[in-house]
Parts: sequence; C-alpha cells; structure tokens
Amino acid sequence: MRLILAIMVLLGLSLPLHAQSGALPEVPKATGEPHPEGNEYWRKNHMVLLRHDRDLTLREGEREEIQASLQSCFDCHTVRDEAGEPVTVSDERHFCRVCHDFAAVKPDCFTCHRSTPSDNVANRLMAKPEEPNSIAAYLERLKALEASEAEASQ
Amino acid sequence: MTNRAEMTRRDILKSGAAVATLTLAPGVTLMTFGGSEANAAKADAGKRWGLLIDANKCDANCSDCVTACKTENGWGNDGGEHSSPETESAWIRKVTLRDKNTGRQVSAPVMCQHCESPPCVDVCPTGASMQRVDGIVLVDKHICIGCRYCMMACPFKARSFVHSDVPEQSVNAPRGKGVVESCTLCVHRVDKGRIPACVEACEASGNSAILFGDLKDPDSPISKALKQYPSIALRADLELNPGVRYQNL
Repeated sequence: MRLILAIMVLLGLSLPLHAQSGALPEVPKATGEPHPEGNEYWRKNHMVLLRHDRDLTLREGEREEIQASLQSCFDCHTVRDEAGEPVTVSDERHFCRVCHDFAAVKPDCFTCHRSTPSDNVANRLMAKPEEPNSIAAYLERLKALEASEAEASQ
Repeated sequence: MTNRAEMTRRDILKSGAAVATLTLAPGVTLMTFGGSEANAAKADAGKRWGLLIDANKCDANCSDCVTACKTENGWGNDGGEHSSPETESAWIRKVTLRDKNTGRQVSAPVMCQHCESPPCVDVCPTGASMQRVDGIVLVDKHICIGCRYCMMACPFKARSFVHSDVPEQSVNAPRGKGVVESCTLCVHRVDKGRIPACVEACEASGNSAILFGDLKDPDSPISKALKQYPSIALRADLELNPGVRYQNL
C-alpha cells in the first residue's frame, strides 16, 4: 500500500513535468483494476501477449483461458469524446493511438478488429443449456421433434 | 488471473506436474502435460462439425439464413470506392437450381463446405488458410496476404475478398480490407456452445432446413439422418469430403 502511494506520488510529480515539456504522451486514464503485472510490463509487452493469444484463439479455439483480448482491453481502456461516445481509432485521442502516434508505429489490429467497446457481449460466456440457442437446447428440440414424428407415424 | 510477468520456467514446469498418463499397451504410454479442465474448452479433435441442408424444406423466397449471417458477422454492407456488386462479400448465398427437362426448381444456401481435404488450405502460400482439428476451415487474417489463391481453388465460390476499409466491425467476426474471408461456421458461437446463426434463423423461420451437428458422433441427429436418408456432397467428384451435405437437391 505504501509502495503504491509512493508510486502514485512519484507519478503525480512526474506527469505534469512531462506534459509541460511535451516529452512523453499523456496516457489516457483507465478504469477498473490495474494490471497485476504493472503498467511498465504491459507497455513493453502488450503486443507479445496479444500475439500469443490470437494464435491460441483462432487456430486452437481456446477461448476460456485467454487473458488478453482487444475487447477486454476496451473494458477499461476506452476514451470517450465530449458526447460521451467511445472514440474510434480514427480519432487521435484513442487509447492505442496516444502512444503509437508518439512512437510513430502504426498498430495493424484495427484494420480488422473493432476499436471501440461493443454492446454485443452475448458470446463472451459459455452458453447455458437453458439458453434457446445453445447446442444442448437445440439437440433437445431435435430429440423432441424426432419423438413426436415417431409417434405420428405409428 | 495469473500474473504473467512472474510466470517463470519453474511455474510452467509446475503446471506440467499434473501429468496425465494413458497406457496404450504394456510399455507404451501417452503423456500429456497439464491435462486439466482448462484444456477442455479448446477445439475438440473428437468432433467434426457439419451441416445437413434439406433443399425440400428450404423456401425459395426465404433468405433468413443469409440475413442472419450478415447481422451476426457484419458483412454485406461494405460499399466503398473499390467495391462493386460483383465483388461484395458473400459468406452464404441462396442458389436456385432448375432442372431443364422437368422444370423442377429447388433452392438451397451455399456457404463454405468445410471440406476434410480443403483445396483452399492446399494452395495457401502462408498457412493462413487453415483447418481446425474439429474440421472448421478458417482464414487466419493475421497472416493472410490477400493473394486470393484460395478463392481460385475453392470449387464452391465460398470465399470473398474485402476491397474496402471496414469501420467498426462486429466483435463476432473481425474482418478488414486486403484479406480473404468466408463462412466460419460461426466458430465464435460454436466454441461457446451455441449453434450457428444460419441454423438458428432457419429454425426460427419455421423451415428447419439446416441441421447442425457432430459428424463424428454416430448418435447425433445429423449422423443419423445421413445414415438413414440419401444425401449428396456438392462436387462429390472432387472427393473433398465436405462437412456440409445436401438432401433432395
């Protein structure tokens, strides 16, 4: 706790200085729990973490143990405009762009991936058997249909 | 969530401490490291997902499956200066067949046939065109270079190339300019235990012309239907063993 306070004080001291001199980009504030690994680790390694998980997800269908996905990034790292709407990557205030513009590195993620959070979270969790579009419920319906057809033919 | 910065070689070895050993024969064992519940969520090699489409049940005037696919995966409304109607994406399309002699007309949806020996995977120079262990054929857009060999190789015209920028994609299906795309059998839904969007829409329309299931499970409704009634694979002469089959075509 004391360490965190000390870091916060340090950050508080150093940020305005940088902002004044324009030496470093001002990273937009995030919401939610901080990364257990610390911001420095993520700043250095986010692309490695994302690259590893993208292969697991796409090629092996691993969707449960994934620790980094772009949509979960936006759960906390969303910058909103004056109207309160999340800004897309076409806006230079976008969380990713702030540093990437500074470093003159173009992230390629958003050619295909959505750069804002989405209301569509239906497929984040495993389907429960009682959900009508779950495979389990679908197979139950087919079974019931088969039974009723067998009855009708008798 | 584990702290990955602190994940060391030692931790990885520890996670492998739970070694599952399977004895095949005396002296022959199969060992898997870290074989835990967590691995159960991956694509399952013991399954092969497929579709059985009954053309008799498919209504010629209904295109709910196409609409549902567009909504689910966010294609079909790209426009843009480099797009033309001929090059618009089509993950699934309704095809009408007419017998010239008898005049009989049937209609059925055609999408990626999720072949067992997919020509699109054969020709891909980067390994982007790929097949999962459960038979679903996908494009890994991370490494697709947009050469479109796979589009040439596919006998079913199932793949499309995106010609214009795609803003604010659906989270279900990342898609963008310069890469090839096709039906994913709604892999994002299947992996979460849900049926594909076209199957859901077809059932909701009352036609129930698309049957979804596991082809490797002999007791699944799709396997039973295939065993009981005649069905065909499109372009069966190519012996691709597609996962999508048709009845009454």
